[in-house]
Amino acid sequence: MRQATPLTYFALLLTLVLSVFPLWWMFVIATRTTTAASQFPPALLPGPNFGANIVRLFENPSANFTTGLLNSLIASTTVAVSVVFFCSLAGFALAKLNFKGRTVATVAVVVTMAVPVQIGLVPLLILMEWFGWRGELQSVIVPFMVSGFGVFMMRQYVTQTIPDELIEAARIDGCSTFRIYWSIVLPALRPAMVVLGLLTFMQTWNEFIWALAVLSPSNPTVQFSIQQLNESAYARDFALMFTGATFATLPLLIIFVVLGRQLVGRIMEGAIKA
Amino acid sequence: MWSRLDVRASPYAFIAPFFLLFGVFGLFPLLYTVWVSLHDWSLIGGNEGWAGLDNYARLVTDPVFWNALYNTLGIFVLAVVPQLLLALLLADTLNRRIRFANLFRMTLILPYITSIAALAIVFSTLFGGEQFGLINQLLAAMGLEPIAWHGDRYAAWTAIAVMIDWRWTGYNALIYLAAMQSIPKDVYEAADLDGASRMRQFWQITIPLLRPTIVFTVIISTIGQMQLFTEPAIFDNSAGYGGGTQGQFQTVMMLVFEEVFTYQNYGYAAAVSWVLFLLVVLLGLLNTWLTSRIRGAE
Repeated sequence: MRQATPLTYFALLLTLVLSVFPLWWMFVIATRTTTAASQFPPALLPGPNFGANIVRLFENPSANFTTGLLNSLIASTTVAVSVVFFCSLAGFALAKLNFKGRTVATVAVVVTMAVPVQIGLVPLLILMEWFGWRGELQSVIVPFMVSGFGVFMMRQYVTQTIPDELIEAARIDGCSTFRIYWSIVLPALRPAMVVLGLLTFMQTWNEFIWALAVLSPSNPTVQFSIQQLNESAYARDFALMFTGATFATLPLLIIFVVLGRQLVGRIMEGAIKA
Repeated sequence: MWSRLDVRASPYAFIAPFFLLFGVFGLFPLLYTVWVSLHDWSLIGGNEGWAGLDNYARLVTDPVFWNALYNTLGIFVLAVVPQLLLALLLADTLNRRIRFANLFRMTLILPYITSIAALAIVFSTLFGGEQFGLINQLLAAMGLEPIAWHGDRYAAWTAIAVMIDWRWTGYNALIYLAAMQSIPKDVYEAADLDGASRMRQFWQITIPLLRPTIVFTVIISTIGQMQLFTEPAIFDNSAGYGGGTQGQFQTVMMLVFEEVFTYQNYGYAAAVSWVLFLLVVLLGLLNTWLTSRIRGAE
């Protein structure tokens, strides 16, 4: 393998600074007053106003930030749990159970991963109107309770980790199929479930387009809520907007710290398979 | 008796939730788009009757649609070309013996996991107007003229492309890095013996061997970028989905939103969506076809 030169480190450090700067600057402005956003050279250290900005954020009448935060927590958690459960169930069936149509079903799952679902936005909106779900929290939960990516990932993991003999033995002992899933498959799947769950949480937390389309400003998700701050005033209140943006990013940063290494591994693994 | 039923029925019961939910909320809307697009359909009135191909006829002659398509494709090219080149260079940089390798790899995906909406707000502030934006102030400090990032079409495209690249370059670099690490070392050793320069090795060995991976990233980027919405929508400081005063950065997805929410014209919005879907499929096929041709030519 080639050796690193000083130029290598320079390039990598530059990448690091460029990756971190927007995030760090967002936090710095969130701790200062709005004028700091147009200051040059830019403010680089946190100021004393974070507390005051947080209070203003939660009291802001157009953002409904508390509702947004709660909605995002509920939606992201529910979707993550549901995706993990249904996808591991289906992944187990596709990996280990014999049934007619198994190959077709597996191919179908892979195909669903390539479908750009967003393009069905208009009919999905009409569907929500029929159900009476428009503006309601379930509209950002129920359509996302399963994912083709999740099923495929779980199928791969079950194939790799659980030997057929284990399942045969459980059957001979008289376990029902669901019992096998619950007592043998689920415990073995735990590491993959954590990764899938956190990834799904992240995606749902981050979702913007659909929330904007189907929810209303009075009952938003957190991403929709900070967009309200962006649009509401003529004189834009950067400190307020950036405080909101910081809160909207915070859980993701926590997941990044917990999951960063595995995430790097997953992206690189996927690349080799592709 | 009971256990036989269990063995036969359980697999179907286990995969049913996935296919049921996907059918209702994924497949049905996609197909139903065609049906809606063939009708006059509004928010309040609902289905207001058969319109045949009227919505499509309107689309073909609608300058707003062509403008949005031009913007979407323009931003796509402006974002993806430098992004993938930079990602290749970054991957090549990381593909050597370095200290803190894990730290640098983690750095690459930091932008990828942050909130798109939050960062779009931060970036549209960085690219702020004449005197306020940090980037214009930096230009001024270097003795350059400020740029009308929101007002000028190509400046706005650039700003939006920077947001996209900030987010995705590192992600693609990791994919390339993985592919580079699977290239056998002796290929390079042989090239060293032949006296090929590093530059030459990069272009004549690394890039050709990475071609399937590069095509994969191009296809993934195409599917994502054709539906570009969040970055330009937030970059537009005014309410609504017009994409600037002259529609200079309105994307196709923003046009869909404008038709739905500003004009309540579901039928036309569905027609635009369906054309966008076909375009994504077409571009995907074109990519695959081009690759097989290039391969065949070798």
